[in-house]
Amino acid sequence: MNKKILKLLEKNARISDADIATITGLSESEVKAEIKEMEDEGIIRGYKGIIDWERVDSDAVSAIIELKVTPTAGLGFEDVAERISRYPEVESVSLMSGACDLIVTVKGRTFHEVSDFLAKELAVIDSVTSTATQFIMRKYKELGFELTSEEKDERGAFSL
Amino acid sequence: MIDYTSVLSKKVTEIKPSGIRKFFDIANTMNDVISLGVGEPDFRTPWQIRSAGIRSLEHGSTRYTANRGLEPLREELSEYVCKKYGVRYDPKTEILVTVGGSEAIDMTVRALVDPGDEVIIPQPSYVCYEPITTLCGGVPVIIETKAENGFKLTGSELAAAITPRTKLLILPYPSNPTGAVMERADIEEIAEVLRGTNVCVISDEIYAELTFGGTHACAPSVADLKERTVLINGFSKAFSMTGWRLGYACGPAPLITEITKIHQYAIMCAPTASQYAAVEALRHCDKEVERMREEYDDRRRIIVNGFNALGLECREPKGAFYAFPSIRSTGLTSDEFCERLLESKHVAVVPGTAFGKSGEGFVRASYCYSIDHIKEALSRIGEFLKEIRA
Repeated sequence: MNKKILKLLEKNARISDADIATITGLSESEVKAEIKEMEDEGIIRGYKGIIDWERVDSDAVSAIIELKVTPTAGLGFEDVAERISRYPEVESVSLMSGACDLIVTVKGRTFHEVSDFLAKELAVIDSVTSTATQFIMRKYKELGFELTSEEKDERGAFSL
Repeated sequence: MIDYTSVLSKKVTEIKPSGIRKFFDIANTMNDVISLGVGEPDFRTPWQIRSAGIRSLEHGSTRYTANRGLEPLREELSEYVCKKYGVRYDPKTEILVTVGGSEAIDMTVRALVDPGDEVIIPQPSYVCYEPITTLCGGVPVIIETKAENGFKLTGSELAAAITPRTKLLILPYPSNPTGAVMERADIEEIAEVLRGTNVCVISDEIYAELTFGGTHACAPSVADLKERTVLINGFSKAFSMTGWRLGYACGPAPLITEITKIHQYAIMCAPTASQYAAVEALRHCDKEVERMREEYDDRRRIIVNGFNALGLECREPKGAFYAFPSIRSTGLTSDEFCERLLESKHVAVVPGTAFGKSGEGFVRASYCYSIDHIKEALSRIGEFLKEIRA
């Protein structure tokens, strides 16, 4: 495992192998091998863009859904979480401390699509005893990227 | 009508304007300049520092502080300098909070230099030492440090420059523009030469926190240099706080007392909100500083590798945030190189000669920019080289 490479990829998944090689002092083929190994081990799970969908499609909605789960013999927390994870509209599933048990984030094309999903899919799972849904009105920061502020370089071209 | 040239001080009018004026004017006519030209971090001041500044305003802390600076800040500085650089200063008598490192340099030179006194200045180096010396009636004595020595100041160069009139040595490392650092052994050589003389030292260590692949050697922590040295540092580079204008000087009490006298008459005190912000910076921002240093280090490797790949020989800078590649292979002077590069590819780098004659044959490229930005600049420089080599 190479933590430096992980940090570089976490910051910018599109960084080239050549640049990683320059920064780490490894050869490009060593970088490729390291990354491959970390992918195979499941340390690196994938590479995604951080997209401000509000700028593309103003109807798109996301919701955070808190679930209370009463585990039954055949359906524990893990089983419920895994089952929910399988839906493509589900973006993340986390087991929580505190008042609720699972927090699920869901993305849909419209408000109705998300409500339908909640009513028809999540709420009907046996061990799920209650749900509380909060729709996200606006996102300001996503995966470390500030979405609203435009970073402008107000430095001039020259200073000593 | 007043003839202004006749009323202005000769000392002032004779000072040369900065070596980048011309380039500034050219760049101002373009709207797509890719610049590697600035000596200022691109990072914003970490939020918690900004927040502490704002909080001080909300609390109404809007008055002058003590001339020397807020006591809690001087206490934090004393701890910080001791912990980081291994040299202890008394917060009551040996530390002065200033308006940037710049003010500290100005005040210290003024406190030490009488007309006719010689001030030894290694170059290429930051541009303020020579004019400040001149304004005090001092005589700048330039040492042209050598590329083959990695632009370090050597003991023998220093020994050759010392005369009975030598009052002060400027030690500007880590270096803007060369990126050179003085390691402990290098500084010991300097201490050896100065031993037994009355020559004082200004060690301008504003880039101390940006030292790569080793720990920063702080001049007054080496051998017996402390008794003759004023250590100058500040918040601009390490904490990305350029606009807050906050620096400090540490040194023997008899020197700091006199420097404080000038500071009191000229400035009164450093900005109060900045001082409160700085307390937060010293207390809680190690991680942020480390994060920025790591990012600079990544960029440093990209830019150095990039210049060498283009055939512009570039040593590894061990400090600050500049690469200083040689452009001799192009046959152009530094000035020509920078002007033509700017005109034809809209890429801004600073001629080495802006930092002294010995910078001829080099350009300074700052890496206070994102990796993508640096790579775009390098690729345009590559095109430029192809054209001039064709």
